[in-house]
Amino acid sequence: MKVLVTVKRVIDYNVKVRVKSDNSGVDLSNVKMAMNPFCEIAVEEAIRLKEAGIATEVVVVSLGVKACQEQLRTALALGADRAIHVETDQELESLNVAKLLAKVIEEEQPGMVILGKQAIDTDNNQTGQMLAALTGMPQGTFASKIVVDGDKALVTREVDGGLQTVELNMPIIATTDLRLNEPRYASLPNIMKAKRKPLVVKTIEELGVSIKDHTKLLSVTPPPERQGGIKVADVAELVDKLKNEAKVI
Amino acid sequence: MSILVIAEHDNESLKSATLNTVTAALAIGGDVSVLVAGSQCQSVAEAAAKISGVSKVLVADNAVYERQLAENMLPLIVELAAGKTHLLAPATTSGKNIMPGVAALLDVAQISEIISVESADVFERPIYAGNAIAKVQSLDAVKVLTVRTTAFDEAELTGAASIEVVASVCDAGNSRFVGEEVAVSERPELTSAKVIISGGRGMGNGENFALLEAVADKLGAAVGASRAAVDAGFVSNDMQVGQTGKIVAPDLYIAVGISGAIQHLAGMKDSKVIVAINKDEEAPIFSIADYGLVADLFEAVPELEAKL
Repeated sequence: MKVLVTVKRVIDYNVKVRVKSDNSGVDLSNVKMAMNPFCEIAVEEAIRLKEAGIATEVVVVSLGVKACQEQLRTALALGADRAIHVETDQELESLNVAKLLAKVIEEEQPGMVILGKQAIDTDNNQTGQMLAALTGMPQGTFASKIVVDGDKALVTREVDGGLQTVELNMPIIATTDLRLNEPRYASLPNIMKAKRKPLVVKTIEELGVSIKDHTKLLSVTPPPERQGGIKVADVAELVDKLKNEAKVI
Repeated sequence: MSILVIAEHDNESLKSATLNTVTAALAIGGDVSVLVAGSQCQSVAEAAAKISGVSKVLVADNAVYERQLAENMLPLIVELAAGKTHLLAPATTSGKNIMPGVAALLDVAQISEIISVESADVFERPIYAGNAIAKVQSLDAVKVLTVRTTAFDEAELTGAASIEVVASVCDAGNSRFVGEEVAVSERPELTSAKVIISGGRGMGNGENFALLEAVADKLGAAVGASRAAVDAGFVSNDMQVGQTGKIVAPDLYIAVGISGAIQHLAGMKDSKVIVAINKDEEAPIFSIADYGLVADLFEAVPELEAKL
């Protein structure tokens, strides 16, 4: 079985986000970029499926600017076999990403597609679900466990209030949640080896997918700042304040 | 404007997230209907009919909708979307599971987790873990939205909407519910609790969360945790409050042994009153706390429990 994994290049999760003074967006100049943490979990899961003998090939895909190839090389160093880069300088909305990925799926015919549940920049949490709808493949979103059993997959999902397990007919779309696995680090020899693994670059035109804007970003502003309050001396004062000043207990 | 709200429920009771979502729908304005898709869910439909401002409740009552699997819900909602200008669902795991696929089938965008309605086609939503707020205009004829429930009040229950049966049965046949593990708790759910007490890495281990549970029992509070406490293996992930966990906004949030990482603050900073108990007086959590207590939690928390 071939497993297709998607990775997104985003701001590193340790970087403090600053809104541009003209409110046009977030300042990304000279900021450290990295693979989206939920995508790291997706790559790890695919590699584990290969190590377990369930997956035969792991193909990693990224869409965006040329520099996305850094994240694709990282995925190759972690153990993916080959990479596809859909290169564009356009900002791609989730629906457009899903349409382009649907085309890649049509060409690659994977048995499973694994995506991060959301990217930590736009926080949309929708590309995987859109891809499932466009391809007609069943979805196991927010997965904390994926078990392949013949032509079915059992996916345990993190839902409000607990865990839910669904049985899906292969091929499937899965999106990763935090508890699915703990991603590994790439070793230096593997980073060197990754440079020789195949990476194909395609354009939106080559994929033959027509896309258009569905939303317009009007402004990006910093969130309202919450003012700090006071320090209390001891527990007695805290209880008194909560009872008589804030009146919340 | 004609708006359809997808109800959140468990076939027995209507979840309060639906009420917040209706408030967002009413802010857009126009005719608001609610879809209750489930199995043996008549009581939910009756509860939904009482939501103020709702004109009609659509009930699709069939075994195929019992677990609201996305594969079966999508064709149903797409069918009911005809003539609608807006489709809304709460940004719960169920709403997040279903709505993007609906948007894709309608060839429109989904605008996720809106926190305000500026007009019928302009909405605000947090991005970058709440470190920035984006104002977004939809260019589509149909707007598909998920609603961050903590940003909208609950609609009142003084209405009397009509109930209409939807006969469509959509069974995609490619997915099946197998089972669930419900986190059993005597305490309220995190997302609906009026009081929450959360522990962080400072708790040291999972057993020490018993200290928080004792306080929670006195206050009728839910117990939460920071991502650091979850990653350290102290407690399960469903207790996580933060951008990658649950977004909460209770009347009182007590953060114990939590330093206040950005991703945690994004999940609780809209709480009405925030209390922080931490022995490190430099901890960032104090910069947003209404009441800060610099103290060893292992002394302060039992004392707090005794004084309540």
